[in-house]
Amino acid sequence: MTRVGIIGIGHGQFGRRSDATVQELAFEAYREAIEDAQIDPKDIDGSVIGSVPEYHKQRSLPGVVQEYLGLNPIPTWLTEVACASGSAAIRTAWMGIQSGVHRLMAVIGCQKMTELSTPEILALMGRVGEVQWESVFGTTFPAYYAMFAKSHMHEYGTTREQLLQVAIKNHFYGAKNPNALFRKEITIEKALESDPVSDPFQVYDCCANADGAACVILASEEIAKESAKPVAWLDGIGCATASMSILRRPKLTGLPSAEEASRVAYEMAGVGPKDIKVAEVHDCFTIAEIMAYEDLGFCDKGAGGRFIEDKQSYIGGQTPVNVDGGLKAKGHPIGATGVSMTVEIVKQLREEAGERQVPNADIGLTHNVGGIGQYCFVQVLRRD
Amino acid sequence: MFKWFGKVNFCPYTKVSEFANHLKDGHLMGSKCKKCGYESFPPRADCDRCLSGDFEYKEFSGLATLVTYTKIHAAPTGFEDVAPYTVGVVDLKETGRLLAWFGDTISDDEIMIGMELQVVPRIFEELPEIKVYYSLEKPGTTWSTSESAT
Repeated sequence: MTRVGIIGIGHGQFGRRSDATVQELAFEAYREAIEDAQIDPKDIDGSVIGSVPEYHKQRSLPGVVQEYLGLNPIPTWLTEVACASGSAAIRTAWMGIQSGVHRLMAVIGCQKMTELSTPEILALMGRVGEVQWESVFGTTFPAYYAMFAKSHMHEYGTTREQLLQVAIKNHFYGAKNPNALFRKEITIEKALESDPVSDPFQVYDCCANADGAACVILASEEIAKESAKPVAWLDGIGCATASMSILRRPKLTGLPSAEEASRVAYEMAGVGPKDIKVAEVHDCFTIAEIMAYEDLGFCDKGAGGRFIEDKQSYIGGQTPVNVDGGLKAKGHPIGATGVSMTVEIVKQLREEAGERQVPNADIGLTHNVGGIGQYCFVQVLRRD
Repeated sequence: MFKWFGKVNFCPYTKVSEFANHLKDGHLMGSKCKKCGYESFPPRADCDRCLSGDFEYKEFSGLATLVTYTKIHAAPTGFEDVAPYTVGVVDLKETGRLLAWFGDTISDDEIMIGMELQVVPRIFEELPEIKVYYSLEKPGTTWSTSESAT
């Protein structure tokens, strides 16, 4: 297999972007990535858009994005696997370059979530699960992860405080990220005062919807070797699935798709969990990050609560995780999230992460989960 | 008549629509593949083991064990008027799992992972149209006793 390198990155401001359409958000990230890579856009031979269509008024989003970026007539298409749509777009571009069909591709994750009214959001929220047997009882996205949390707490003794320590860490780092939605630290007292969402979760256990876009430029080995910027090599890329229905999951204390996707990614890159110097994981809810520590092998099964309590996922700990604020503080513009994770790891590998830079970050990982774990994508990125 | 199933129903048409008829009559039905014998709950028309589309219904006892649960405060469209409500996932004695609300026979502070439960077919008495579901109740609770209770 040839190597595929990331030679350009761009990241817009996440948040309530009442000032811009989704294609305008995409443009911000794309322009930054092109300028970063110092390439002529005419050399790009295809784009992939990661986005979740049901949030947009505009139907068939790639068409309008491709036009607005000025990329006609080169090809484009959409990837959709819920919250992992951005990583699916990166994998699809990686496949295109691996196959030799493409040589230089732009991947744009973009999402406008605030176009919908609150009633429209509430209606969508009620169809997040398997609708035939589960949504008929009013299940919600937080409810599924809350049930994972209950199982984890029951089986391993994970505590309420340990859950909230994930949120405290991610807000701590989010305060240092200029692109984050929430840029202030929180306390455990404040988190415990927030409104109940789905027991044991309160508002501060949950990430927030946001608008935003991120972009990466992927190149074949031949092109990447001429890159103006240090290359982040996409050396491991795993993806896996699990049942959509919670009723067919073999266990509820972790995500089987994450275990399998990371196994594949580690094997492909020839590394193990202890080699990862910095990771971006899918902390849509506090328990999700704790399960990720375990599913990715950063710690033993059941030890995730202790891992955060001992600050092992802070800079200076064993494996710094979500030092850009994660979904929790950065915001979660669904289709943009996976691409945003990759952008942050590339920054870390290039040592461009400023006050949140992890020392000696030569190998990094992203873990991007779709829905309640029916999809998971894991990347291992390495610098020369 | 699968549109009868659930307070809000999202998919009225399915190959296992008779499930809702049986539930209305007080019977909780899983499925059994006629070719390989694989039993399933929720019921399914198509066997993912042997790929046969030939199935029959099989009545389940409703005896169950609680796997996990949560009390939902922030409810989606169509469920605002019943919030907060507690849902649980149970392992069924025969095979498979289901997700349902806790019924009136169990209070919040009695709920514990691993507890024994009885799945009971229910009808929304307060709604004008036919709407059926099932709830998680204390062992020994039957369809007829839950009927007379409402």
